[in-house]
Formats: sequence, structure tokens, C-alpha cells
Amino acid sequence: MMKIPCPHCGVRDENEFQCGGTAHLARPALDASDREWGEYLYFRDNPKGSHRERWRHAYGCGRWFNVVRDTLTHEISAVYPITETPAR
Amino acid sequence: MSGFRLPEPHGTRIDRTRPIPFLFNGKVLAGFRGDTLASALLANGVRLVGRSYKLHRARGVFGCGFEEPNAIVDLVDGERRTPDVRATTLELTEGLAAQSVNCWPSVGLDFGAVLGAFAPFLPAGFYYKTFMWPDWHWFEPAIRWMAGLGRTSLAPDRDRYEEICVDADVAVVGGGIAGLSAAVAAAEAGAATTLLCAAPAAGGALGWRGDATVRALLAKAGRAGVTLLTRTVAFGVYDHGLLCATESLAAATPGTHGALRERLWKIRARSIVSAQGAFERPMLFPGNDRPGVMLAGAAEKYAHAHATACGRRAVIAANADSAYAVARSLRAAGIEIVAVVDRRPPESIGAHAEGVRCLAHHGIRQVIGGRGVRGCVVVDADAPGDRGERLDCDLILSAGGFAPAVHLHSQAKGRLRWLEDAAMFVPDGAAPGLHSVGACAGVFARSAALEHAAEVGRSLALGFTVPPPPVGGAGRSLASSRIPGVRGKIFLDLQNDVTVSDVSLAAAENYRSVEHLKRYTTTGMATDQGKTSNVNALVLMGEATQRAPAEVGTTTFRPPFAPVSFGALVGRRVGNRYRPLKRLPAAGWHAEHGALFELFGNWSRPAGYPRADESLESAAQREAETVRGAVGVFDGSPLGKIEIWGADAAEFLDLMYVGTMSSLAPGQARYGLLLNEHGVIVDDGVVARLGTGHFWVNTTSAGVERTAAAFEEWLQCEYPNLRALVTPVTSRWGNVTVSGPKAWATLATIGLDRRFAPETMQHMTIADGEFDGSPVRILRASFTGELSYEINVPVERTRDLLERVWAAAAPLGGCPYGIEALEILRTEKGYLHVGVDTDGTTLPGDVGFARGLERKRANFVGRRSLLRPAARNPGRSRLVGLKPADGRTRLPVGAQIANAPPPTATEGHVTSSHWSPTLRAPVALAMLARGAERLGETVGVHHLGQRIDAIVVATSWIDPEGKRLHG
Repeated sequence: MMKIPCPHCGVRDENEFQCGGTAHLARPALDASDREWGEYLYFRDNPKGSHRERWRHAYGCGRWFNVVRDTLTHEISAVYPITETPAR
Repeated sequence: MSGFRLPEPHGTRIDRTRPIPFLFNGKVLAGFRGDTLASALLANGVRLVGRSYKLHRARGVFGCGFEEPNAIVDLVDGERRTPDVRATTLELTEGLAAQSVNCWPSVGLDFGAVLGAFAPFLPAGFYYKTFMWPDWHWFEPAIRWMAGLGRTSLAPDRDRYEEICVDADVAVVGGGIAGLSAAVAAAEAGAATTLLCAAPAAGGALGWRGDATVRALLAKAGRAGVTLLTRTVAFGVYDHGLLCATESLAAATPGTHGALRERLWKIRARSIVSAQGAFERPMLFPGNDRPGVMLAGAAEKYAHAHATACGRRAVIAANADSAYAVARSLRAAGIEIVAVVDRRPPESIGAHAEGVRCLAHHGIRQVIGGRGVRGCVVVDADAPGDRGERLDCDLILSAGGFAPAVHLHSQAKGRLRWLEDAAMFVPDGAAPGLHSVGACAGVFARSAALEHAAEVGRSLALGFTVPPPPVGGAGRSLASSRIPGVRGKIFLDLQNDVTVSDVSLAAAENYRSVEHLKRYTTTGMATDQGKTSNVNALVLMGEATQRAPAEVGTTTFRPPFAPVSFGALVGRRVGNRYRPLKRLPAAGWHAEHGALFELFGNWSRPAGYPRADESLESAAQREAETVRGAVGVFDGSPLGKIEIWGADAAEFLDLMYVGTMSSLAPGQARYGLLLNEHGVIVDDGVVARLGTGHFWVNTTSAGVERTAAAFEEWLQCEYPNLRALVTPVTSRWGNVTVSGPKAWATLATIGLDRRFAPETMQHMTIADGEFDGSPVRILRASFTGELSYEINVPVERTRDLLERVWAAAAPLGGCPYGIEALEILRTEKGYLHVGVDTDGTTLPGDVGFARGLERKRANFVGRRSLLRPAARNPGRSRLVGLKPADGRTRLPVGAQIANAPPPTATEGHVTSSHWSPTLRAPVALAMLARGAERLGETVGVHHLGQRIDAIVVATSWIDPEGKRLHG
């Protein structure tokens, strides 16, 4: 069980949180092609290493925020607000 | 019968003044306090303790701890039954009753043992190869009956379990000399230190030998403030320094039902030190599974700690220097050592035992005695075909070298390296957050282990660099102790009956990956998880495929280190603590009026109000008929309620719902479907506008938490610029729904303001008011098809309102109605029940809500998915009504629709079905392919081999124009 630093409440155990999957997915517009929409709905990268994902402090402040987690070591190297988009 | 009790001063762990009677397979035996079940059985001369898993071979106690593959028993205590307990780690307690597992009718006369005769036909992969034809299911019941070990109780577990979460600077696993040394050093350097020890007392192997250093360390640990947890087994290392362990409290309260039995420790440690020691590696020779063959270190422990001699005349089969220390020690205890048969060449042997015959470069070719060792034949390792020499003995001790317990290190993602000289895997550097000390780090010299462990403890406490372990001190061992060319069955994994030839067969069949080998042969997959077999298996796999053990690699070590009971993991999260029951605010009123409560989601709600002579079904018929004819009172308090506030509340709801909510004027309400991104219906409800920036959202009772969470996620993550606030208020408001042609008559009687009368307050409108000094929020929406008032009141006033309404409704011929009646009423109207009529594939168009979608301006959730080709396929299912052709046969929910007899492709299924008391005929809803075009068609509904003809009809049977809604 990981320890996750909630930006609002501090470090808490993972079982207080809910994982919302990959962060910064760009939601295509209504006129996107079926292929683009399908990619958005069903296809996700599954990187070994650093992964940006969003979490919610479900049994705490209820806020969503972004996390950079290493999928191999589970090291959490950064947390940042949900509205922030890192430079690629 | 060969084991016996040794005289004092042997038995450092037992108290001879405290005899303890116990039962084994129905027979009364006696041991002492401090015995394990295994030591007591051995002291009573019991050799045969169980039967093996596959071949049902006779087996005796093999080890003295967690490595035990054979001495697995069921504990039976009244209705309590604990399966598959290791006799070697089980403390003997008053009244303990144990039974052998895997034998029928008894361990001595075992029916399954005839399988042994078929052993040549039960090779690796036997199941995959044999039971393919004609069908595995023909064989499954018999195999399942014979397979498996213990049997569990079917009665509920009345014992208690609990969980405790603590923090530690340093958590040390293992109470031996290395663990003690590390813990004392860490605590003395100021670290909050917890020491976990599986045994009833710390000290380890040197402890039961009476070592003075260990005694001194134990005293220091107390003074330094080390938190010592005994009878506590660390079973797993998880992310971010979480160490989990189970503390057994059963020995403290034997026989007591309902007592605290186990405690789960979740220790969040800054640093973890593993000091779990090493397991002895068994020797590989034919017949090495016979009762009387056991690990040498175990026999030594039984003699010293428990004053239990495992035999009178022992042969030690050796592949390590440790054999000689055991020989000296047992000889001093009065046990005759016939010989040390050392598999190694003389130049590799680094120890000797005075006065003990040593046969170097020799090995055992044959064990004599099927149910108990009577002797063995030894041969020169280079001449396996020779006649050899017969040695008479009743005990064969296996000293094959050591396998460091690298389990926690590996769980923490530490790497391993192979030591060629000592033939063992040791940690290759520390694991993240975990350091190994003592034998599990490959440090076998006592003083080196002591010093290194202290240094590790101190460094971790002070934040210094941790020194690497001074690996060594175990002497030399051969990787493989088998003599090539000897004939006979050599067991590798005793519990799962895996033999050396199974590994060869797997290699011959081209299994190369160690993970495949493990699964194909089932090596290391039993309850002992291969603690005595894994390293031998890797070595043999390497031999068979011309690879070094390091190249073969190890299988992944996963938690748990030792089996953990479900009770310990579940803790107190059972029953109501697992799933809290939600009770209606006016539950008492319903009970007084004859409600039959059932669970709907987590809500306990009235299913109906059956009278003395009524079944629930007939009550529901009467209630539904009363609502259509007069008036019914319903408790709708669980209905999901969410308030949305803010300048952008309307815009936000347009994005969430299929319907357009921004066009509602204050006071108006609209039905809405909620979709997910796949376009699938996930909830429905009524959205009402209370003010420009204030909405009242009703969701389904089961869906409100999900819906509020989805609103929050969209708002916070995708539309953070919208000024809207989501407030779930379900538990703040009670809801009394009054429905039926006499609904207003009822409410007028109790004095509700005339502005709520149907003439002035229209269907699908909302208005706030006051009643009896309380605010009320009244929604005119209907799930019955009748004139309906949903009256929301502050939750604490629910009962008051119910009583007032009931006093007026009863004289008008009304009744309270439950969920069953509501289901009848809404089915008669063809109203959708999300999750009943819909499933994970249902789109709005499938239930007739596609109209006007193209004209909606907002890009609501799921909209793009409705444009996919699959969503626009004209062959999609459509919600329709079905009525039986004969006008009276009920159509079973779930029955498939097809015109050809099955097996054939299905065209749909029945989703809801009731008998309508109003129509005196069955009504049903169904999802049917191209259903909208098929009105009037006769279709076949198939149920349990029968076909029922049904006619496709429109979904509303009663008042399709909706006139009754307006009173």
C-alpha cells in the first residue's frame, strides 16, 4: 500500500484514495473521427516507469489531483494541481 | 515408534511440570507446555502424521518450522475447524485436537494410497495430458474429492480478529541473534524499533541452545525500549515500507470461542531489517520422503529445545559442514550416530565429529522401510550401481546445506546472486527500504552476524550508510546432492509429490523458464511454497538444461511468506461493518404498519405490507391496485438527492445529462438520462430548477454516490472553469410520496396549501413551501403513472409527515405500498428501471430517447459515442412490451427471445415481468433486436426448454396518453 501526498491534506495511505487512471487525456471534440474517438476511449499507454495519473482523495478532502508515479517502483516523484498541464 | 523424551537438562523450551493432554486422530496423548504439536507427536513415538497430496504416501514430521511440508493437520474444536495448520509451528495447548489431512478413512489405512501403485502413470503435467478426453468434467468430482488437504468448517467463524496500524523507524523481522542485535543497536541509537518474532519467545536457534549473548541481548532490548512482538509472523513487504504481520493470540485463549484470535499488524516502517535466518536444504536420494527422514537441524532443535529424540540410531546424509555439529550435538544427547554419509569429496569437507564414522563422497542409494525408516544402503558416489553397504538406523537426517530466507528481500524487489561454493542464493545488495542481516543475508559466522547486524541497526537509526553483509561461514556444498544414476523415486517437493524425474520430464518437454517449470510440475506451489524444494528444483532444472542455477533464476517471491487466515485479513470488517445497513428515517412507522423489509442496495426498505393472510406477492397486487384506484403512501427517502448551485449550474447540467436542463424555467422539472463516455445509460432521474443558479437533482437510490462522484470528477478535472457546486443531500431530506387519483384529496385533508393542488401545480414542477412548521419541497413527478406528490421534508420530520398523510389516506381507502407494488406500477407504464431494463450496452436510442439529440447544443457526456456506427446500427435492441399470446402465462425475467428453438442466436431477453392487477393479465418489458419495427409480431420466449409465444406491443399498457398524471 502506497503513501500518497495529498496536496491538501498531507501524506495518507493509499486506501483513502481512488485512482482515476492516466492524466492529461485530450478529449476529442464532437466532430472527431471514429478512430480518434476510439483511441481516446479504449487505448492507453502502459509505460514501465514514470506515469502521470490522476487520483482523488476520496476519504479525505474529495479533491482530484495529478500524480507522477513510477509504475515499476511505485515511487511518487511529484503531485500537482488537476488544472496544471506539464510541458511535454 | 521410535521417538522418545530425553532426560533433563534437555528441553530448554518445555516445562516438565506442566503436562498437557491432547488428541491426535482421536487418540489421547500428552506433551508439555512449550512443546509444539510436532515435538509432542515425535516424543510420543508418532511417526506417521499424514499422507501426501498426490500419491498419498506415508509421511512423518520433516522440519521444525515454516518449511514443514508433511506435518499438516486440521485443528478440530467443536464447530471450529482450522485447516492445514503446520504441526511444527503450532504451540501445544490444553485440549488441542488435531487430525491428519488427506487420508480416508484414516492415516494408517488410506484408500488413496493405492494411487501410489499408479505412480508411474502420474508424471508432471498428468492432469493436462490425461483428463482431456472425453471431458474434464467427467473426472473432476472424483479428483476434487481426492485432492486438497484439510477441510474447513462450514459454520460461521465466531472468533474475533482485529487490525492495528503503527509506525516505526526500524522494523526488524526475526528474533534470532542477528535480529536482536540489529534491534538493540537501532533502539539504543534512538530509533523507534519494533522486533517481530514468530516464535513464542525471541532468541532463535542460539536462544534454545542457552547462549549467554542472546540472554544479554534480550535484556538490553527491554531496556532500550524495543517493542517486541512474539508469535508474530511477518508475511509481506508492500509498497512504501509497509510490513504486514499476523500475531496469533489463540495460544493465549485456547478453547475459548468468540475470543480475539489473531491480530493483523500493518507496520509502516522507515527501514525494514530482515533477519529471518535460513532454511535447511534437503538431500536428494531415493526414498527421501519416508517417515524417519527429516532435516538435521530440526532433529537437533527437537532434542535441545523440546527434549525430544526423533530416533535412537541416526544416519546423517550430508552436503554441508553443519552435519558434523548436529552429529556432535545429538551424540551428546545420547542418540547414536551410525555415520555421516557425506556426498562431498573429502577436500570439500571442512568439519568433523569426533568418534563418528564419516563416509566421504558417499550417498544413500536406498531407504529401507516404507512406513518408517529401518535402514539404508549407501554407495560410493562414483559407483551408484554397486551393492553398497547397509546401515541399520531408525532416523535419516538430511543436512544438505542452507537456503537463506530471502523471501522478504525478494518481495521488496531485491535481487539475488548465486554463491557457487556454498550453493545458495543470497541477496545481491539491499532491497529498496529493506536490509538483510544474519543467515538470510548469507552471513553464517556467529560473531560476524552479530557485529554486522548491530552496525546495520545503528546506521539505519542514525541515517548512515549501511555496510554490506560479510557473506560466508557456511562452508562448501554441492549444488546437487543427488548421485547421478541412482534409481528410485527421489522427492523434490514433499507436499506436492514432485519428483526429480518430473523435472527431467519437464525439461525434456522443453520447459525452460523457471516460472513454467514451477507451474507444470507444481513444485513449490503447496502451502509451504517450496521452502525446502525451490533451490533443489532450480539446480535440477539447471542440470537438465545445462545451465548454472544463476542462469535459471528464481521464481517470483510473493506474499504471504506463510499462509494467512482470511479472518486476520478481514479483521472486523464483517456483517454490518463490512456493508453498513441504511435504515429509513421512519423505519419504525413502517414496521408498525406491517412492512416486510428487504435489502435494496444497502437500504432496508419495505418490499410490501402483507396482511396476515397475504403473501408478499398478493400484498403487492393489492397495493398496486389501491394506488390505481384510490391512493398509496410510499417512503421514497432513499431517492438520491443532489443540489447544484452556481452561476454555471445550468450549463454544467447540460453537459452531464442527455436532456437540456438550461431551458427549464425556475419551478420546472425534466426527466434526464445520465450516460458514461461510452454513451451507455448509467443513471436516470428528474432535474428540477429551483432558481436561476440552483437545481435539485433526483438520481436513483443506488446511483447517487456514483453520480455525485462523476459530477465532481467532470467539474474538477474537465470543466474547472464552470462555477458550480455539487452538494449531495440525500440523508438531509426524507421523502413521502403520495400517489393515486385521491392523492390531492389526501393532501388537502391534512391542510396542504391550495397552491399545490393539481389545478395550479402542474406535473413536472417543483415548489418549496411550509407544512406543520417545517419547510417542504414538493415535486410533482410520477413513477406510478398516477397523480403523484413527492414531498421532501427535513429528515427528522419524516415520521410526523407520514403519520399525518396516513391519517388522511386511510379513510379514503388508501394503503402504504412497497417496492414490489412500485415495480408492478412502473412496468404497467413502461417506465424504465436503469440496471434492470438496461445493462452495460444500453444506449438512449435503445430505450426510445434518441429524439432531439441532434438539436442539443451542448456536448454532453457520452454524446460522441452515440455517433459511432455501432450506436447507429439499425439492428440494435429496443425496449418493447411483451404480452403472452395466451393472455395468462407469465414471461420469466431473463428468458431469451428467438424464433428458432435453441441453440440459436438470441434476439433479446425479458427484462421486467409482472402480473397486472388492473389489467388482470401479465405485462412484461423486453430488449428485442429491431423491436421498434416489430409491434404486433409473435416471438418465441424460451425458458427451461419451453417456448412461450408472446406478442410485441408498445411499452405503456395503462393510460398511454398520460392523462392520469394530472389528476
